[in-house]
Amino acid sequence: MKVYKYGDNVDTDVIIPARYLNAPDEKSLASHCMEDIDAQFASTVEQGDIVVAGANFGCGSSREHAPLSLKACGVKCVIAASFARIFYRNAINIGFPIMECPEAAAAIQAGDTVEVDFGTGVIRDVTQDKTWQAAPFPAFVDGIIQAGGLLNSLKARGVAR
Amino acid sequence: MGMTMTQKILARHAGLDHVEAGQLVEGKLDLVLGNDITAPVAITEFRKAGLTQVFAKDKIALVMDHSTPCKDIKSAQLCAQAREFAKEFHITHFYDVGCMGVEHALLPEQGLVAPGEAMIGADSHTCTYGAVGMFSTGVGSTDMAAGMATGLAWFRVPAAIKVTLTGKLQPCVSGKDVILHLIGTIGVDGALYKSLEFAGEGVGELSMDDRFTIANMAIEAGAKNGIFPVDDKTRAYLAGRVNRPWEAVEADPDAVYDQEIVIDLSALQPTVALPHLPSNTRTIDQVEGTPIQQVVIGSCTNGRLDDLRQAAAVLKGRKVADGVRCIVIPATQQITLDAMAEGLIQTFIESGCAVSTPTCGPCLGGHMGVLSDNERAVSTTNRNFVGRMGPVSSEIILANPAVAAASAVAGCLADPRKL
Repeated sequence: MKVYKYGDNVDTDVIIPARYLNAPDEKSLASHCMEDIDAQFASTVEQGDIVVAGANFGCGSSREHAPLSLKACGVKCVIAASFARIFYRNAINIGFPIMECPEAAAAIQAGDTVEVDFGTGVIRDVTQDKTWQAAPFPAFVDGIIQAGGLLNSLKARGVAR
Repeated sequence: MGMTMTQKILARHAGLDHVEAGQLVEGKLDLVLGNDITAPVAITEFRKAGLTQVFAKDKIALVMDHSTPCKDIKSAQLCAQAREFAKEFHITHFYDVGCMGVEHALLPEQGLVAPGEAMIGADSHTCTYGAVGMFSTGVGSTDMAAGMATGLAWFRVPAAIKVTLTGKLQPCVSGKDVILHLIGTIGVDGALYKSLEFAGEGVGELSMDDRFTIANMAIEAGAKNGIFPVDDKTRAYLAGRVNRPWEAVEADPDAVYDQEIVIDLSALQPTVALPHLPSNTRTIDQVEGTPIQQVVIGSCTNGRLDDLRQAAAVLKGRKVADGVRCIVIPATQQITLDAMAEGLIQTFIESGCAVSTPTCGPCLGGHMGVLSDNERAVSTTNRNFVGRMGPVSSEIILANPAVAAASAVAGCLADPRKL
């Protein structure tokens, strides 16, 4: 569960460059994930790894391909000081976990071993022996996550057919 | 407690008398938009979820504008997927090559957006339509799929920043300079999760095209949306385009704002954003002379008729400098026709510009003007992120159409007032 750490304003163009949007399948998206900010990321990331970043993570283009590519790489979650609002929506809607916690985002270092509990919102840095509490999701948003994404939640409510 | 323009529209669409910032609501949508990159992902999700109905075939707009005319086989396959969906569900507003334009210029032109309405679009610059006094915001493909199926979307009611405009713009200064100045002031997350509510006597001095440009880049400050009050210019623009009834909203006098910013339009100078953030702004006098290899004039930000007029006024009787490629992309077919009628296209071609059919192409490094290693472009587009228009070593400087045209002539960043 190693950590990849980036700064503020990581935009969706560097998460998945537009030149790869013509192939929106998981395998292709995963193979180019983070390519323009970290050329080594896609070849070294492993199932369960965590991305930690500063403020305004996922700003720019609305491309849902961005959280999809991180999810397809096996990234367990993104911990950031704050998220750009479209990325925030997209992550929730596709069931990709994100945690907003400025203190954890500042303290956690690249390479640290980090454990997260989505149920309680507790983030634990095993390497530094520190814990933090992420901002909780509103009940409505938590309902979408529990249902396994937006479309599942709408189908369960009977409003989408 | 009073409500902002945005809050009133969300309340109305959620069937509530009152909403407050932070409240989560589910709102009815007047329109759902997608393009040839985002719609296919939405369609795949729609089908994967086993959905079989759209909420209203005439309230969905699909615009094939990003990789079109198709740049490669994979892009063609994505367009084919959208085309098949549009046919199967009898989507009224499907815009293919030949009638399509850059979506955020096309929809207002076609009368698909009106004051007081609410919409989502699977494109971050969907916030453009706030220029006509409606709520519009960018979302992802799953929201689009849900919107197409149900006509509903969930929203966290945004807090607001009030931007009061005073005075009047000087020559060679336009809406682009207003929004770049604002982003430079508050930062790329200065309006995160919030609405930008424009107000003040200065609004009346702005053309509709300037307002579209300003609202378009609200997202570049992190905003959920940007919105303008409706006035005579709005009504004149909508006349003959929008035939259905609409109802404008006004902010309550006691609406609550997190922050208030005043911008004196008269004091603004041509403003550019240096690599690699739209907030990295300078006035033109600080950066004149920076060498460039390409100029792009177009996009959902600055591909409208007023923009082309401003660029042509600079280029008329002049030549694009050796070593510079200048690409002009009128944003819609109608804008191309209007520009032809005014002689603007002739001016561009005689000056040595390449003129293209409508496409988003170069703005996102897709096609029709991708940069090479270490090249630098002046562009009227909206983002100058790392790798946006080419390799990670390439650079983009954002500017208004007059500055872009002057830079094409000079071969370096240039002030159009000094040519």
